[in-house]
Amino acid sequence: MLNLILKRIGIAIPVLLTVVTLTFLMVHSAPGGPFDEEKAVTPEVLAKLNAKYNLDQPLIIQYFDYLKGVVQGDFGPSFRYPGRSVTELISIGLPITFELAFYSILFALAVGIFAGILGALRPNTPLDYIPMSTAMIGICVPSIILGPSLTLVFGIWLEWLPVSGWGDMPGDKLLPTLTLGTAYAAYCARLTRGGMLEVLNQDFIRTARAKGLSESRVVIVHALRGGLTPVIAFLGPAMAGLLAGSFVVETIFGIPGLGRFYVEAAFNRDYTMILGSSIFFSFLIILFNLISDLVAAALNPKLRE
Amino acid sequence: MEVSNNLWSDALDRLISNKFSLFGLIYLTFIVVLALLTPFIAPYDYALQDLDLGPSGPSWEHWLGTDILGRDLLTRMMYGSRISLMVGFLATTVALFIGVIWGTVAGFSGGKVDTGMMRIVDVLYGIPFIIFVILLMVIFGRNLVLLFMAIGAVEWLTMARIVRSQVMSLSKQEFVMAAEAMGVSKSGIIFGHLIPNAIGPVIVYATLTVPQIMLLEAFLSFLGLGVQAPLSSWGLLIRDGAITMEEYWWLLIFPSIAFSLTLFSLNFIGDGLRDALDPRAN
Repeated sequence: MLNLILKRIGIAIPVLLTVVTLTFLMVHSAPGGPFDEEKAVTPEVLAKLNAKYNLDQPLIIQYFDYLKGVVQGDFGPSFRYPGRSVTELISIGLPITFELAFYSILFALAVGIFAGILGALRPNTPLDYIPMSTAMIGICVPSIILGPSLTLVFGIWLEWLPVSGWGDMPGDKLLPTLTLGTAYAAYCARLTRGGMLEVLNQDFIRTARAKGLSESRVVIVHALRGGLTPVIAFLGPAMAGLLAGSFVVETIFGIPGLGRFYVEAAFNRDYTMILGSSIFFSFLIILFNLISDLVAAALNPKLRE
Repeated sequence: MEVSNNLWSDALDRLISNKFSLFGLIYLTFIVVLALLTPFIAPYDYALQDLDLGPSGPSWEHWLGTDILGRDLLTRMMYGSRISLMVGFLATTVALFIGVIWGTVAGFSGGKVDTGMMRIVDVLYGIPFIIFVILLMVIFGRNLVLLFMAIGAVEWLTMARIVRSQVMSLSKQEFVMAAEAMGVSKSGIIFGHLIPNAIGPVIVYATLTVPQIMLLEAFLSFLGLGVQAPLSSWGLLIRDGAITMEEYWWLLIFPSIAFSLTLFSLNFIGDGLRDALDPRAN
């Protein structure tokens, strides 16, 4: 296990470094300086701005300075929001994005695991194929369609739920959660069904049943542990998808989270903000992948080789 | 039923007997033909504005209505499908090309070359590419060619892994050893024996990659970081539709249906192909 942890961290570190280096180089190779769009800046002011943002140094020095900052959690100042640091903006947006991702994954796990177990226990009956075909719909209808459609039906036509906001009105967290969570609920259902079907056919389940254990005990205590391994391994990539999905969902519903900040920064060409949040997002995604790999390995000894 | 001993005609029979895959094949063929013929059969010009008319619902003149600038929605959807499908298929081809060659060379060489090449794949795999694609679009402008390349360069990793494992198991088999013994060159073995035999899973994965890429394009266009007006793509149309849906629902609904059905079709065909090419799965 320790070996595996070290090996995975051994991969994660070069990945992180590659990400930081690539993003840094990409942002710095962008055509035009960051202050080109400012109204007629005099050369002296430009020089001062460049000095303020450390842009007058050779690239390699800037790179190491930036790296030193990143290690200490300092992503530098934002170009577009003067007086605010990128770290500050991230710390404002992150809790909201996390809350949204947390509700979505909770919804996905609750619905997905339940539907998956149901399907695995009664394979090839309506209890199996009705949830599974619904899951196919959930996978194929992307958030850019699901979000506006849900808003149109429940927000505008039926007027049951608020169409935007986060924590301003009761119920305004429901549509974003559904929009973001549905696809993952569908994946969870399919993975749970697959994993459970495999486990339920194994000898130790037959033994457990032969011992006279109740069906619910067999399923919950014995089968679920192995059957959920694919779901747990999926949580890491799912987290990456959820963060990317938050770009869309936060834009649709006007949620002031990190995803919307990121998209806005991309629009405003706020290069330091793009650079900082790209690195931060990548760090999160790599971290979640690492954790879900390790948890999956802890649950299933076969994965430890 | 007719007895056939050809893998491909067998697979085709199985694919067509699956109702979902059959539906997918029919719908996709319809969409692709429509997209190819668009310049000849589109009822209007895609950028033609009719500001006097403005947004209008479905009618005889404009089957699917018009948008806020009075542009015909059906025409814009047809032109949009060309871009969405083109991004999907071209980027998949790029991914296929890089992935198959990388995977074959790694799997066939073995040893240190293999370890090195797959370690590179491992590292790249860990990089969240959606972030990079967005960065690329922000920094180098919303260039379609760049979009293909970026997405294609992202999607080859899984392909390389699949091909490598196929090649590794294939290259231990007798017919490859026989070819080696007969003095067939390395490239002859790779292109003549290994790739043709590894093609099944590759086709399945490629079919499932196309919708993913179309989704990525739509996602970027929806955020305003992909295709730019007056061009259109399904993602862009859905974005416009979402902005004005309160008054003009058709602008959201029709592109959404067309796009969802295409994603369904490709996924059904992919799933169907997987079952059809691997009878053991059932």
